[in-house]
Amino acid sequence: MGNTLAIIGMALLGLSLIYVLYRTIIGNPVSRRVVFVYVAFAAGLPLFMDLLPPVHVTPDVQALVDALEELPPNSKILAAFDYDPPSAPELQPMAEAFFKMAFKNDLDVIVMGLWPQGPQQADQAIAAALLDPDVQAMNPQYGIDYVNLGFQSGNEFVIQRMGSGFKAMFSRDQRQTPYDSIPVLQNIVNFSNIDFVMNFSAGKPGTVEWVQFAVDRFGATLGAGNTAVQAPQIYPYLRANQMVGLLGGMSGAAEFEKALGMPGAGSTMLLSQISTHAIVILFIIIGNTAYFRTRKRKNG
Amino acid sequence: MKRTIPWIITIVTGFVLVIAEFVPPWGKMREDVLIYFQIISVFAFFLGGGSLLKINLQKVFSKRTDWEYALVTVVGFFVMLALGLFKLGNPEMATAGYAADLNANGSWFKNLFDAVKAPLSASMYSLLAFFIASASYRAFRAKNSDATVLLVSAFIILMGQTFVGVVATGWMPDWVSFFKVENLSLWLLAKANLAGQRAILIGIALGIVSMSLRVILGIERTHLSGGDE
Repeated sequence: MGNTLAIIGMALLGLSLIYVLYRTIIGNPVSRRVVFVYVAFAAGLPLFMDLLPPVHVTPDVQALVDALEELPPNSKILAAFDYDPPSAPELQPMAEAFFKMAFKNDLDVIVMGLWPQGPQQADQAIAAALLDPDVQAMNPQYGIDYVNLGFQSGNEFVIQRMGSGFKAMFSRDQRQTPYDSIPVLQNIVNFSNIDFVMNFSAGKPGTVEWVQFAVDRFGATLGAGNTAVQAPQIYPYLRANQMVGLLGGMSGAAEFEKALGMPGAGSTMLLSQISTHAIVILFIIIGNTAYFRTRKRKNG
Repeated sequence: MKRTIPWIITIVTGFVLVIAEFVPPWGKMREDVLIYFQIISVFAFFLGGGSLLKINLQKVFSKRTDWEYALVTVVGFFVMLALGLFKLGNPEMATAGYAADLNANGSWFKNLFDAVKAPLSASMYSLLAFFIASASYRAFRAKNSDATVLLVSAFIILMGQTFVGVVATGWMPDWVSFFKVENLSLWLLAKANLAGQRAILIGIALGIVSMSLRVILGIERTHLSGGDE
């Protein structure tokens, strides 16, 4: 019932834009408050629909998934969480899918953050992943299968010093357990003992710094998930083969989930983002149609 | 004197970091410099906290416009600080004492972060969607050739993000598949954007090198302003 009403609501919303077009053409554009209402409905109504939009997995996402899936059990992954709650709607679905994949494939994950709230975002993602029945069947244990080393201040210099030794930067984990007493960290000295670095980034310090220091200096293999705003800045590093793959924004999260066969928040929220994009596109068309009509009238 | 000592520190630090890159025996000195940097960066948190308190308390006590918001900031600052430092309401406090996990399940710190900080921050950021839509409608016009290129690029990227755009060009045969919206969108991101980003990156890198040299050699001293010789 809610699904049908939401679809009808979306159709009415689209049709009502004809009136907005008419008003704009006659030189009486709607106020910004009306635009806000349209965006609110465009973002909100899809949340009541149980539709999943068609998702096409791009080569950059598939390359990252392939690299992760190829890792043998008990491989060590360093997961750097360099974002905070404002970017969580885009990056959290990626993080949740990543932990589900890692736990199902019996990979060992070492979490850290160059942003103060990053490790807390990781805790939330781990908690969400642990609700998955397939993950519960694997029964991942803190300290044995994963560990959260917490936040360390110093931006890219933290990465640089980790090249000499992780212990120098993280003498204890987030639960105050000494580095040497944590089973999953046994034999982990520096990047040479890490099979893959996964970075979730919303800015600086983030993916660029991981490329410049962990990849270029210490030879780490890097994959990353970025916000949609930041992703275009990362392409030069991706095309130079300094990274194996990239997830960009919520569509990247949905592609990641599809490629892993684990639909989650990224796939369900994507419809909301798509309809908001569609509204923005339509408003651009309306605004420009009115602009050219007005200009033609003035010139005529 | 207030400028001379920081200037000497800058020169020594700069030279150590550059030379250590090429002379392995200097690696230990580089490690030391990085440790100093990290210690200093921790103090930036104290400085930031102090600055936040100073500005907001001044606003509260002088009852300036919107002082109520400043009060909420100060209260929020002290509440989270107290919960984090003293582990108040932390279920692990009884067994682990002050070594308890800050994010232990059920701790007040974690609950406030999950239920207040995270949704509020995400909500604030999501307001951008409303302003972008409004700006697109009122100001995003193809007024000249530059604006038209920008508009068409943005349009293709946006269309590539929606399945409407993918469906709209889905009928195209394979030999013109390049012109399908999703492929055009990818081309813009991975080729046109790439070329522009590389040019910007190389320009920035050259600028950083020249500015770093000026700072290390003491030619550029504006970052030391604020004190007398």
